[in-house]
Amino acid sequence: MTRKQRRLALVSTGVGILGFAIGLILWSFSGSIRFFNSPTDLVETHVAPGTPVRLGGLVAVGTLVKGADLNVRFEVTDGNRAVPVIYHGIVPDLLRDGQGVVVDGTLDPSGTFKADRVLAKHDERYMPREVADALKKQGHWVEDRSAKAGATTGAKP
Amino acid sequence: MIPELGHYALVLALAIALVQSVVPLYGARIRDTVLMRVAEPTALAQFVLVAISFAALVSCYVTSDFSVATVFENSHSTMPLIYKFTSVWGNHEGSMLLWVLILAVFGALVAAFGGNIPATLKATVLSVQSWIAAAFYVFILATSNPFLRLSPAPFEGRDLNPILQDFGLAVHPPMLYLGYVGFSISFSFAIAALIEGRIDAAWARWVRPWTLIAWICLTLGIAMGSYWAYYTLGWGGWWYWDPVENASFMPWLAGTALLHSALVMEKREALKIWTILLSILTFSLSLIGTFLVRSGVLTSVHAFASDPMRGIFILVILVLFIGGGLSLYAWRAPLLKQGGLFAPISREGALVLNNLFLTTACATVFVGTLYPLALEALTGAKISVGAPFFNATFGPLFVPLLVAVPFGPLLAWKRGDLKGVTQRLAAAFVLALFGIAAVCVAEGRPVIAAFGIGLATFVIAGAITDIVERTGLWRAPFPTTLRRAIGLPRSAWGAAFAHIGLGVTLLGVVGETQWGAEQIVSLRQGDKVSLRHYDFTFDGTSTRNGPNYRELAVKFTVRRNGEPIGIMEPSKRTFPARDMSTTEAALMTRGFSQIYASLGEVTPDGAIAVRLYHKPLVLLIWFGCVVMAMGGALSLSDRRLRVGAPKPARSRAAIQPAE
Repeated sequence: MTRKQRRLALVSTGVGILGFAIGLILWSFSGSIRFFNSPTDLVETHVAPGTPVRLGGLVAVGTLVKGADLNVRFEVTDGNRAVPVIYHGIVPDLLRDGQGVVVDGTLDPSGTFKADRVLAKHDERYMPREVADALKKQGHWVEDRSAKAGATTGAKP
Repeated sequence: MIPELGHYALVLALAIALVQSVVPLYGARIRDTVLMRVAEPTALAQFVLVAISFAALVSCYVTSDFSVATVFENSHSTMPLIYKFTSVWGNHEGSMLLWVLILAVFGALVAAFGGNIPATLKATVLSVQSWIAAAFYVFILATSNPFLRLSPAPFEGRDLNPILQDFGLAVHPPMLYLGYVGFSISFSFAIAALIEGRIDAAWARWVRPWTLIAWICLTLGIAMGSYWAYYTLGWGGWWYWDPVENASFMPWLAGTALLHSALVMEKREALKIWTILLSILTFSLSLIGTFLVRSGVLTSVHAFASDPMRGIFILVILVLFIGGGLSLYAWRAPLLKQGGLFAPISREGALVLNNLFLTTACATVFVGTLYPLALEALTGAKISVGAPFFNATFGPLFVPLLVAVPFGPLLAWKRGDLKGVTQRLAAAFVLALFGIAAVCVAEGRPVIAAFGIGLATFVIAGAITDIVERTGLWRAPFPTTLRRAIGLPRSAWGAAFAHIGLGVTLLGVVGETQWGAEQIVSLRQGDKVSLRHYDFTFDGTSTRNGPNYRELAVKFTVRRNGEPIGIMEPSKRTFPARDMSTTEAALMTRGFSQIYASLGEVTPDGAIAVRLYHKPLVLLIWFGCVVMAMGGALSLSDRRLRVGAPKPARSRAAIQPAE
């Protein structure tokens, strides 16, 4: 092999692997990306049932029902719209009324969100950033919430 | 008084770092020995000063001095001593101080033990190292001062985040930082080589031990983090493709590529420019990792604080070092002379293939991790890229790499004989087929599991074949074999061990993902539940009081075929100081497999939600990582690195060392 052929072999292998990787990335992106939606987005943009999405908002006060056999239902709201969510399994301890929550799952034709994952942070002061942004957009963001968290950093007597 | 002392020491370290970043570099340009030799005492002084600063912070934590803001925020007087100590770096400020401490340690080590490095290169390396140090001292002093005081001083602290109150915190961050920061040395060497415009095989030999140390620590750090997440989060997962995990995995992939390409450079003087680029990229990825984790762009358990000022500051450091490094590379790399030629089928060719796969795999992880951030910044759309993406891209890229692993060490340098190597690997190949068949017969489905086991067997058997071939086992009389085995370079043993470790980890991954079983149930006292061959009986609950928490524990008796084999006691701890709770999973080890039990919450009707998992071969995942790190340590003890002698040993002509 001449020097030129060797270089060609090297470069073509490199380009081949890179092309393979790019192909893989594009192919997987089409199937495994979830868009973040607030309940308003979800209701008003008519996301097709069965599309995997991520939904974030607050647990609507008084809607959290932990039924028998680990079936959980609650509503996620951004103050404007609310979406009913059902989930089977163990939910995080901090899934409480009024708390910020992020759920992954799909919308079924009846408008109920079937969650396959429920995320709530293990910290009472935590608010998922996407949820905070969505609440701000709907004008339901209470600046107090962060102010209160900030205040507790002060010295206790 | 002590916090002020620590703060003052850090300011002094900055002043010295500024001197060190200019004077030795200038000395190297004008070939002034006196100016160049300034680097050594300054590097040692930086280490002493940062150590004083760190010791001051440690003493504040250990004595629970709540007048210091970070101690108040992250400690509690009732915490056990070990957690008081580890909570030093269980927060943003302290962890950055640990970062610069390790940076200073590495700088001092180069200054103290780099005696065989040419004076100009050493001076330049230490100067570049000091640029990084200076940037991070400024960052700490300007935005994250750990010694800030509160007045009046509070009586009690706010406790460390309970999830972090674990032995894992004592190991995971320091190991990870040793890895991240260790790559700064290869970065500094690369920048110094570009500044000098000269690079040779000896360069690769000087860089290798530092890269190896960093790689070993990063391997162990990632493994420890994975095991910690596994037992502490209560979900039984060991890898989530979470951005913060990817942040540590990307430098590992690039660093592994760097280790292999530096070999080609050392042995054959080829791939020089590529190796320089990899050195820059590896440390850049470490910096990006620090940025992702510390800036608050990601919300996770690792994002201790999200002060936008800090994020911007780290971003500036990032742009300066990565942008500067790559610009210097673009400008100076063409000056470096290309070296040795090789045929595509050769050890070099195999190592190039290794590098191509590792770097593209790293690139896919990079895309998956940063695409959501880029998309949000550009269009405002928020997306999440989950595990399916990474499995679908990373897997197909890693499988051909794993297939190629056994071939590499058996191929000769310069021009290899693929057919001969394939023949020598015949035994490994037969073993792999046997493994596939055995799994198919024993377990049936899924087919992918059988192939995974086959691939892992091939990697392990291939690495053993390499050692067998080198020592002439079964062909030569046993004493000869033994003598050859002892005479074999440690790096050859190291390579074999590292590759065996890779195979072992793969076994664990296949076992856990393909044959794992889980059961989520809600149970009351006296209830029975079974999972695989195991039966669990809910014997009862108990409550206990710990030093700074209350605990609810559930006792299970585990039976296999009716025979009791042990008791599992998962529990849930509530920490009043932060009104938080943690899940303490119970683990029962059976061979390399584990049974995993963790508690959910108590339902209003008095039942308790329980997660039970059977995790076959799961321990092999981390055990393999430890074997890999052992391989790295063996390689590190290789004679040619220990004495740093450019002269090859006499036996080298007969036996080619391999990695």
